[in-house]
Amino acid sequence: MLQKLSISVLSCLFALGLGACGKGDEFSMTTSTPTTPPSKSANIAEVAEIVKIGSVSPLTGPQAHLGKDNESGVRMAIDEYNQAGVTIGGKKIQFKLLSEDDQTDPKTATIVAQKLVDEGVVGVIGHLNSGTSIPASKIYSDAGIPQISPSATAVTYTNQGFKTAMRVMTNDAQQGKVLGEFAVNVLKGKKIAIIDDRTAYGQGLADEVAKVAQAAGSQVVAREFTTDRSTDFMAILTAIKGKSPDVLFFGGMEPQAGPMVKQMKMLGLKAQYLGGDGMQMAEFVQIAGADGEGVYASSPGNPLEKMPGGLEFSKKFTAKYGKIQLYAPYAYDATNVLIEAMKKADSTVPAKFLPVLATLSYSGITGPIAFDEKGDIKGGAVTLYRVQKGAWVPVP
Amino acid sequence: MDIFLQQLVNGLVLGSVYALVALGYTMVYGILELINFAHGEVTMVGALVSLAAIGAILGMGLPLPGVVIVLLGLLVAMAVCAALGFLIERVAYRPLRNAPRLAPLITAIGVSIVLQNVAMLIWGKQYIPFPAILPIERYEFLGATITNLQIFIVLLSFCAMGGLVLLINRTRLGRAMRATAQAPQVASLMGVNVNSIISLTFILGSMLAAVAGVMVSAYYGLAHYYMGFLLGLKAFTAAVLGGIGNVGGAMLGGLLLGIIESLGASYIGPLTGGVLGSHYQDAFAFFVLILVLVFRPSGLMGERVAERP
Repeated sequence: MLQKLSISVLSCLFALGLGACGKGDEFSMTTSTPTTPPSKSANIAEVAEIVKIGSVSPLTGPQAHLGKDNESGVRMAIDEYNQAGVTIGGKKIQFKLLSEDDQTDPKTATIVAQKLVDEGVVGVIGHLNSGTSIPASKIYSDAGIPQISPSATAVTYTNQGFKTAMRVMTNDAQQGKVLGEFAVNVLKGKKIAIIDDRTAYGQGLADEVAKVAQAAGSQVVAREFTTDRSTDFMAILTAIKGKSPDVLFFGGMEPQAGPMVKQMKMLGLKAQYLGGDGMQMAEFVQIAGADGEGVYASSPGNPLEKMPGGLEFSKKFTAKYGKIQLYAPYAYDATNVLIEAMKKADSTVPAKFLPVLATLSYSGITGPIAFDEKGDIKGGAVTLYRVQKGAWVPVP
Repeated sequence: MDIFLQQLVNGLVLGSVYALVALGYTMVYGILELINFAHGEVTMVGALVSLAAIGAILGMGLPLPGVVIVLLGLLVAMAVCAALGFLIERVAYRPLRNAPRLAPLITAIGVSIVLQNVAMLIWGKQYIPFPAILPIERYEFLGATITNLQIFIVLLSFCAMGGLVLLINRTRLGRAMRATAQAPQVASLMGVNVNSIISLTFILGSMLAAVAGVMVSAYYGLAHYYMGFLLGLKAFTAAVLGGIGNVGGAMLGGLLLGIIESLGASYIGPLTGGVLGSHYQDAFAFFVLILVLVFRPSGLMGERVAERP
């Protein structure tokens, strides 16, 4: 009996000790530099504590303009909080942006993710692409650091069971469903041809559209592939022309979509061209010129003018960083959500504010933001656009 | 059948673009045995400069037809690229002419990265659209479609090749070039100014690259600081496929590569039962290159025009 008791007491002590150790580890791992023991904090309470927030997007390569756009969105949010002054846990907080370039390359993405973890960021806004967000999410998850992607839409990203992986953007399944239904019901597509660029984004969206279109009774007559570096699509478009589809869906980005629609016209391929948010960009219209007229594309979320704080954001952003490319409002909101969660949890320790972040309801400039149990945004909106007189106009 | 014909047309146009760039690689290699990896980037600079010039001309609001504006842009691009080619050779390659062969190769890659980054600083990271000022007309024959721009590209690359062959074989300058390629020291003893011949080779090659750059951006409707990389790689492959150093080989290699890619993209899916999709067109092209090099290591057309002892 006595022996039993002593064992249980011992194990209790052991457990306590472990718990304490765990807490200590957590503290030293996640509190950002300079680490100051609590006892001294009274002296240097006036000195703002630096809290690092990471931003990852491609800053070089073909999508550099989008990457810079995201980075500027994050920077703007951080600058605003710093200007207003934030106090968390009784300490003045100075947020610092660490921006990394993942070059749209999955391998580089994991390297820069590890780098950010090592530098002690408390949260990461990124990555821009699904192809980079997914491999990086494992690293953030292992480190317990929340990752909010402003633009990754692949379903896989939030489907891996990582509590840290979240997004403020409508995912491909939600968007693909709307696009597939649009192709069948509104465009009356009986024969649908599908091209994707073999990125996680393009493929995910294209697969979803194919699934929905087939379920709705349309026929997928051609499934062709290209890469995210190609500019020549004459060969696959010729193969598609032989199948005479009514609708051609492209899952990919505008540097491919622009030349593709030009080459469709060159070949005399008359199918209605349809794409996702990667295509729904001002640059597509510029590149495609007159050939872009009448093209449809969707975009997750609402157009800037329909966002609650869209116009005001646009004014502020344009004055500081130039034209909004695409995802900057979402990068801005993702940063705001992250910081709001810290404020509400009254802690900059990821383990403490992550549960708060997961259940937070925040009204951002892009619309209401709340996450479901997977980390996807609840009720993500999808808007369809059409090119009319050289500009994307929302389809009523 | 009409699909096959259309794919041949597609391949011919794509191949002509490759051939135009490959000619520049092969000229420099023929004379210096140097693979000028910066050549693709010169193409990119040509495209971006011509777009800037075209934009400036359009901004002046002169009542000129689109073709004339593009030609003016082309002239500006050729002038800038000629200067750039001269400068690259003078600054990056000439000091290394007697260095081990690896050194200029690395320098070439360095020049290519520098040019990319300078272009990114000047023109930004955005894709720059080619203004729609060229009147595009489509012609149909036997079910295949071809546009006037495509015909122009094919004709232009054949003319460029013909012009180069004539220049090399029929002119005094060409004779001096061949002499320099064979034995630079002996050539200089015979009164050939080797330095200026090499400079001229770079200038000519760069002007061709400018033409190719303008054609590519007009055809695809955009230009970008990164566009030279893949184009340069493909053109280099074309040059190797045909036999690097051989002008006819560059042409043949370019056309073949274009046609292989087109047919590959079209038939690789059905032939493999959907296991390999059309995105394997690049892999397919490189596979053909490997096959050719295994059986004919010096390329299809074999030997260089001139062999250095």
